[in-house]
Amino acid sequence: MRILTLIRQVLDAEESVRVRNGAVELEGSKLVMDTMDEYGVEEALRLREAGAEAEIVAVAVGPVRAEEALRTALAMGADRGIHVVTDVALDAIALSSVMAQIAKAEEAELIFCGGQEADWDSQALGAATAERLGWPQATWTSALELKGRLLVGRHEADEGSESFEVALPAVVTTQQGLNEPRYPTLPNIMKSKKKEIRKETLEAYGVAPKVKVNGVEIQVKERLKKILDGKDAAGAAAQLVKMLREEAGVIA
Amino acid sequence: MILFVAEHANGKLSKSAYELAAAARELKRGDVAVLVLGSGVAAVAASAALIADQVLVGDSAELATYDAEVWSAAVAQIAAEGEAEIVLIAGSRSGREYSPRVAVKLDAPLLEDVTSLKDEGGMLHAEHYTFLTRVTERVEAKAAVVVVTVKAGAFAPAGPGSAAAEQFDVDLELPKRRLIVTASTKEKTGRIALTEADIVVSGGRGVGTPEGFVQLVEGLADQLGAAVGATRAVVDAGWRPYSEQVGQTGKTVQPKAYIAVGISGAVQHLSGMNKSKVIVAINKDGDAPIFKIADYGIVGDVKEIVPAMIQELRK
Repeated sequence: MRILTLIRQVLDAEESVRVRNGAVELEGSKLVMDTMDEYGVEEALRLREAGAEAEIVAVAVGPVRAEEALRTALAMGADRGIHVVTDVALDAIALSSVMAQIAKAEEAELIFCGGQEADWDSQALGAATAERLGWPQATWTSALELKGRLLVGRHEADEGSESFEVALPAVVTTQQGLNEPRYPTLPNIMKSKKKEIRKETLEAYGVAPKVKVNGVEIQVKERLKKILDGKDAAGAAAQLVKMLREEAGVIA
Repeated sequence: MILFVAEHANGKLSKSAYELAAAARELKRGDVAVLVLGSGVAAVAASAALIADQVLVGDSAELATYDAEVWSAAVAQIAAEGEAEIVLIAGSRSGREYSPRVAVKLDAPLLEDVTSLKDEGGMLHAEHYTFLTRVTERVEAKAAVVVVTVKAGAFAPAGPGSAAAEQFDVDLELPKRRLIVTASTKEKTGRIALTEADIVVSGGRGVGTPEGFVQLVEGLADQLGAAVGATRAVVDAGWRPYSEQVGQTGKTVQPKAYIAVGISGAVQHLSGMNKSKVIVAINKDGDAPIFKIADYGIVGDVKEIVPAMIQELRK
């Protein structure tokens, strides 16, 4: 069986966001593989370690620098990479077409994808890819096992969680709690440098963005910052309640 | 025509349905139709009739519980048959899960979790958050049909009208379910849902213990009629269920007041609540990041201050 794990390279969550010329400036900031995608790579590795015979292929669509994130996936243990090199920012629906075409060409049977990623805050890629392939999906998965050709797991629904079963082929989107991603060891990092990353062009997939981005802004709401000293707990509490009632008008 | 999908629970329309109705009315693209999917949903459909020009009702046993493939098939079918130009879906977990499938079926662009919508000469303009809700991105889409998910709390709920719209039963061609749900755990707290509450009281590690969380966070929430939220650290530690988690990998909330108890304010957490109208922080560390985005706050021991607040509120 072949497993695809979709990788995005995003701004490290601890980095501050800067905007230049109507876009978020990433140059000079620390960029990492999205944590949600790390869960996907880790889970693919764990399914294999639990006995599934699988080749694990990491896929990224993005600029030249996205190769760093693919290398991280290879250093964790993925077997090879596919990098569709492009500076075009595709929305999730457009990107899903690339992913589905790759999945078909690779005859993949299981795809891991981040539940929600830290750069575009989108949750759509997994479901849209599943739809294009005619596959079912399990989103926000927090536990997973492979029993023969049946995926058995748990995922988060609107309220509470659900245990589920779904037969392969399927798309699984990840969620915190699914696993603890491993750190690449030095020997594995060395080995990963020799692993293949196939480079492709976006043109080969005939995909164009469906949504146009007109600009970005960092909207910082001015906060009042009326912070009281709590040494006199009762006094401070009384004053805070008074402010919330009379000034902010948020409590009755 | 604009089509919106009304979510409902326990025989009542969800708040999001009224918000979608408001968003649809503001767009002024002809008639507004609402789709109600479920089993035994006559009462819900009757409520929906007061917030749209037309009610389409899919009422069958097959629709008793949500499924992404079933829901997307139903919505795409109705949107195509009704030649909808805009399809509005709630930005709930399920809405955001099945909406991409609707967009692919209709070959439509998808605008996700929008906080504003404007129609300019056939072009749909929207804003949504990116980079863990730290950035607002302006996007536009022009197509025969556009699918949109709407962020909870972004639109003021529409008030119900006085005239009831006509209801139509629809025949749906539904696919077989492939994701089989074998068990579900729904936490019933008796409290208002996190994403619907005007006030959210959230707790972090600073409350000390699971018992401290119950006493301080639940205690204050119950006094205020508020929902209860939690940080990832507290959920990871097993003190609280995941359904209460606020943040990047949990829920995003935008209440009138967000009261953070013993929360230091990791980026991960802030991304789930930094758009709240008023933020209140109570924490012993005056340098905690949460105070940088707080409107009101107290630097002090939550174990003393929160009980004093509860006392004060009882007066």
